[in-house]
Amino acid sequence: MPPLAQRNLFHDKVRLTVTLTGIVFSVVLIVVQLGLFLGFTTATSNLIDHSNADLWITSKNVPYVEQGVAFSERKLNQVRAVPGVADAQKIITHWTQWKRHDGGQESVQIVGINVDDPIERPWNVVEARVEDLKSPDAVILDELYKQKLGVSHVGEVFEIGGYRARVVGFTRGIRSFTTSPYVFTTFKNAQDFTNMREDQTMFILVRVRQGADVQQVRRQLLERVKDVDVLTTAQFSRMTTFYWMFTTGAGVAVLIAAVLGLVVGFVVVAQTIYATTVDHIREFGTLKAMGAPNSYVYKVIMKQAAISAVLGYALGMVVSVFVVQESQKGGAAILMPLPMAVGMFFLTLTMCVGAALVSINKVTHIDPAMVFKG
Amino acid sequence: MQSAIAVRELTKKYEEGATGTLALRGIDLDAHAGELLMLMGPSGSGKTTLLSIMGCILTASSGSVKVAGREVSGLTEKQLPALRLEHIGFVFQGFNLFPTLTAGENVELMLDLKGIPKALAKKRSQELLDQVGLREKYDSFPSDLSGGQKQRIAIARALAGDPGIILADEPTAALDSQTGRTVMEMMSDLAHNRGRAVVIVTHDSRVLNFADRIVRIEDGVIAGPNATHVPPELLAHDLPQAAGGLA
Repeated sequence: MPPLAQRNLFHDKVRLTVTLTGIVFSVVLIVVQLGLFLGFTTATSNLIDHSNADLWITSKNVPYVEQGVAFSERKLNQVRAVPGVADAQKIITHWTQWKRHDGGQESVQIVGINVDDPIERPWNVVEARVEDLKSPDAVILDELYKQKLGVSHVGEVFEIGGYRARVVGFTRGIRSFTTSPYVFTTFKNAQDFTNMREDQTMFILVRVRQGADVQQVRRQLLERVKDVDVLTTAQFSRMTTFYWMFTTGAGVAVLIAAVLGLVVGFVVVAQTIYATTVDHIREFGTLKAMGAPNSYVYKVIMKQAAISAVLGYALGMVVSVFVVQESQKGGAAILMPLPMAVGMFFLTLTMCVGAALVSINKVTHIDPAMVFKG
Repeated sequence: MQSAIAVRELTKKYEEGATGTLALRGIDLDAHAGELLMLMGPSGSGKTTLLSIMGCILTASSGSVKVAGREVSGLTEKQLPALRLEHIGFVFQGFNLFPTLTAGENVELMLDLKGIPKALAKKRSQELLDQVGLREKYDSFPSDLSGGQKQRIAIARALAGDPGIILADEPTAALDSQTGRTVMEMMSDLAHNRGRAVVIVTHDSRVLNFADRIVRIEDGVIAGPNATHVPPELLAHDLPQAAGGLA
């Protein structure tokens, strides 16, 4: 077949630029919106997903990780006594106030952990080691929130919940879904920072023995430890994500924006491809008059759409990668994991071919007399 | 002699408005191989509609159309393009060349439709361009060609499918008289020396001398005798603007 599809695309540079701009805009829009959605979704359950726990024990009916309710730490011994439990540790996550040097206050989310146990600990630690938390009043926070919390360097001293806190290091890329940054510290410090009684904890994290059935251990924990919920890590992660994404305005807004991104992206691509096809409608009419079967004409249109999709996707991804990288410097991360990038290719292809199908409908109904008009 | 195209009691009604428009009202017409037939008539008389139906790109409301002996009415949307491809070549007033393809590729497109392999198509395309005197324009885009050259490329394209019938709509309308004469000489050659049935719709009185037969269409019917050969010297009387033909 003579290169009609390629030539139709590349002959008119202005039209090509308009077409590709439309597709690139759509690709970037969809990547940004879906990436934001993914970023927010991931951020909601960051803490849970990065734990090495198999099970989370919470007070009854705790809907999400930020809403933990304190319970007696004596349950820790009951938990450890259950067969199949390899390790169990207390942790605290709770909101409190961070006092900046200028007197301003910021809400932070304290994460109190057992530094000696790897069941839950800060990740992506830079400028420090997790063990540095063992020093008195030590805290680690993410470098993304330095400005927000008024921190400039390691060693600075602040006030959290009325207690002294010293910054011993930073993490990189640990975002909170809320406006309150995570501040990692020891369990004991966390009790102080959040005004929690010494005999209380917020959660107990459990690792089961190798080869043990997690569900069976969970059932036994429910039988032996009263007034608590026992959730698998995946369950609690889903619950937390669901809470933030579907029962809060913020989550729903992100979700709607992602859906709108898809819709607007598709509409832009559809219009772009449609216009490109209609630009050549007379030629397609001539092709049909010459005796080309519909399938031949469709092949040309589909080829045009496919080439546009590949080029638009490639350029769109270049822009998207740049946007994604830049977003890592801010509080709202845009994530683009490999499956999403691959999926985006097929989505772009589907959008372009789908839009071409719409324009094919137009070609199918060409007035045959059109070719006889001068 | 079997007609290349035989039209009987042909009507065409466009379903527009409350009553619709009757564009053709009972046309009987034959186009023969080796003959150059011209369809004339005022604008809106139905001649282009007739040409479209003869070319199987528009369906009749009633009546019979036979192309190369095959009844067209009743053929499916899938069968009609195949019939066009096999038997009919089109030449358009506006040339209808693909602006993004070179002259050679325009011709090769038709050969591709016929399923000719690429290498053979290129060779055949060069031969066809040679026949219309434009071999050196093989790599030229239509935008770089004159109107006459474009129409000659269009003729080469129409011939690429080796059709028995050439249907042309105002092929000289956009050309100056000298170029128009060259194009008509080609059309005449196709009919008289290569045995094609050539049907031309035209308003151009300068080309009437090339006709073996002229049929006037008025208000959707044939006006005057149909199958009569009209001697060129009489054209001036029958057709008011016939004086000053190109030939």
